[in-house]
Amino acid sequence: MRSNAEIRIVPVGPADRDLLEYLALTLPGRFGWGCVEVTANLSLEETYNSTRRQYHSTALLAQLRELAIDDSKILGVTDLDLFIPIFTFVFGEAQVGGRAALMSTHRLRQEFYGLPADRRLLLARAEKEAVHELGHAFGLGHCRSFDCGMRFSNSVEQVDLRPCQFCQLCEGELQGISGFNLAA
Amino acid sequence: MEPGSARILIVDDEAVVRDSLGDWFRDEGHEVDTAESAKVALEKLVHQNWDIFLLDIRMPGIDGLELQRKLKEAEPDATVIIMTAYASVESAVEAMKQGAYDYIIKPFNPDDLEHTMQKAMEHKQLVAENKQLRTKIDELNLAHEIVGTSAATRRLLEQVAMVSASDTTALIRGESGTGKELIARAIHANSDRRYLPIVVVNCGALSEGVLESELFGHEKGAFTGAQYRRKGKFEMADGGTLFLDEIGDIGLKTQVDLLRVLEEKKIFRVGGNVEIPVNFRLIAATNKNLETMNAEGKFREDLYYRINVFSITIPPLRERCEDIPLLADHFLKKFAHSMNRPVMKISGEAENILANYEWPGNVRELQNAIERAVLVCKGRTIERDDLPLNINQGSNDAEGRSLADIEKQHIKRTLEETGWNIYRAARLLEIDRVTLYNRLKKYGFKRETPVRAPARAKANEHSG
Repeated sequence: MRSNAEIRIVPVGPADRDLLEYLALTLPGRFGWGCVEVTANLSLEETYNSTRRQYHSTALLAQLRELAIDDSKILGVTDLDLFIPIFTFVFGEAQVGGRAALMSTHRLRQEFYGLPADRRLLLARAEKEAVHELGHAFGLGHCRSFDCGMRFSNSVEQVDLRPCQFCQLCEGELQGISGFNLAA
Repeated sequence: MEPGSARILIVDDEAVVRDSLGDWFRDEGHEVDTAESAKVALEKLVHQNWDIFLLDIRMPGIDGLELQRKLKEAEPDATVIIMTAYASVESAVEAMKQGAYDYIIKPFNPDDLEHTMQKAMEHKQLVAENKQLRTKIDELNLAHEIVGTSAATRRLLEQVAMVSASDTTALIRGESGTGKELIARAIHANSDRRYLPIVVVNCGALSEGVLESELFGHEKGAFTGAQYRRKGKFEMADGGTLFLDEIGDIGLKTQVDLLRVLEEKKIFRVGGNVEIPVNFRLIAATNKNLETMNAEGKFREDLYYRINVFSITIPPLRERCEDIPLLADHFLKKFAHSMNRPVMKISGEAENILANYEWPGNVRELQNAIERAVLVCKGRTIERDDLPLNINQGSNDAEGRSLADIEKQHIKRTLEETGWNIYRAARLLEIDRVTLYNRLKKYGFKRETPVRAPARAKANEHSG
């Protein structure tokens, strides 16, 4: 493992402690990097669009990028509803090979769809979304395989269908990038 | 390009839309280009083909609607998806009226966008396939098999052209083997219904109960053995043509039912109580004298008048002898090609024999004679000896000229030629193996040497 190579989880807006803890516990197993939680002062108001009543994902991502030090990757975790101008919403956003990734749990909650809350399902979905966005930050693009965490998801149903782990090809690519061998 | 991917041109004056959508589609494996204005898009159209166009409806200069019009002029099959804001949904609806495939509202719901794109790609593929198949149908129709230059054939072709142009019920009369089904197919192929099916029913081959179920279909449990709901031929011919061959062979009850369908254009499946509308053009054929049958009370007068709107009588081959050389040459080329034989022509002597024969089995008999000759011919030219015995020896003697005699001789000769290979003999005779077996029993034919199990190498001749 390279020095200072760690995933820094940053709560964006009100924090869900339990969820952040869960992600900090599971993500190292997927990427082989240590995972720490850090707090930061972000200007959420600047990214708020009052017409859409949503937060501009790209603007938030730009703020998160500033928090990266050395080789670390930043994962912003929020419950705010995110958008980019052309889409009604996004589950998250990251730059391929970039230093930061952002994910939202807003539309991963069953309550958003008028269904009873399901904590277990929320954690599972959040983990998948974190793995997907961090995958981008680690340099992976979208994958067409249905058996890969890098498959694109347009809806929460597609998130549910998507596995948390990567396909063999993406896993191999990730090993080359992060130097971590999951099988070892 | 990978399967399932498309070439997409995004036209929008907003850079954020072009860039974000472009990245999104590229991520999905599509080939993408963008244009910031209609003018740039039209310039790009000259150099490359696109599967799907995504056009912003509001653009400075030429707007999306106008661009769509220009695109459709250049590429009538262009699949256009209009991008619009809520405020201009009415314009998007207008664009759809003018031929846009669909519209998507900004900002896009990612799930909806994916569905719309998938649907558009499927649509594009179906349109292309449909176009290809229509071209194929037209090509096949051009190559139809009505061959001949005699006055009778020319008259026949005129009648086919005349009746094809309308939706009139046609009645085709002619002796067995004159090509009634061929004429029916030619009428269908030249009609406006040609891209929809022609459904053929041989009424003579089916018992009354089976025929009723075949024509009308049945509901599950309508009778013993009706395990599934099944569509009948009336429904299967929807939009196309129904060809009822041997219509003179249908029973009086089915005649009443058929008349009702022709009058009302509605059916009930056997065992069903739901009225189903049907839309088909009827072509009927018979080798029987329906007028005599009518006088004898075997064929209903009202049905006779209903189907005898436009009658085409195909003359027997003996009445259009000048067509024989052309037909023989046509079949020679057809079978030489399908059997991959180097047979090129028919000798003068053989041609003479063909021209002087009576052809009681009409064109079908001529076709079979040439098929056989191509099969047994050793060189590049069909000689007298390659022709079937009855034709070769001439059957103009009064004795042995009955149809049964000829059938008997023909079957016997075919069996000898094929070494009693029932499958090949039945195929040459164009009858099924059970019919051939029944004929063998009828004429008391027996193979002199015992039948041995087919060799392994020949096993592929069995249809399974």
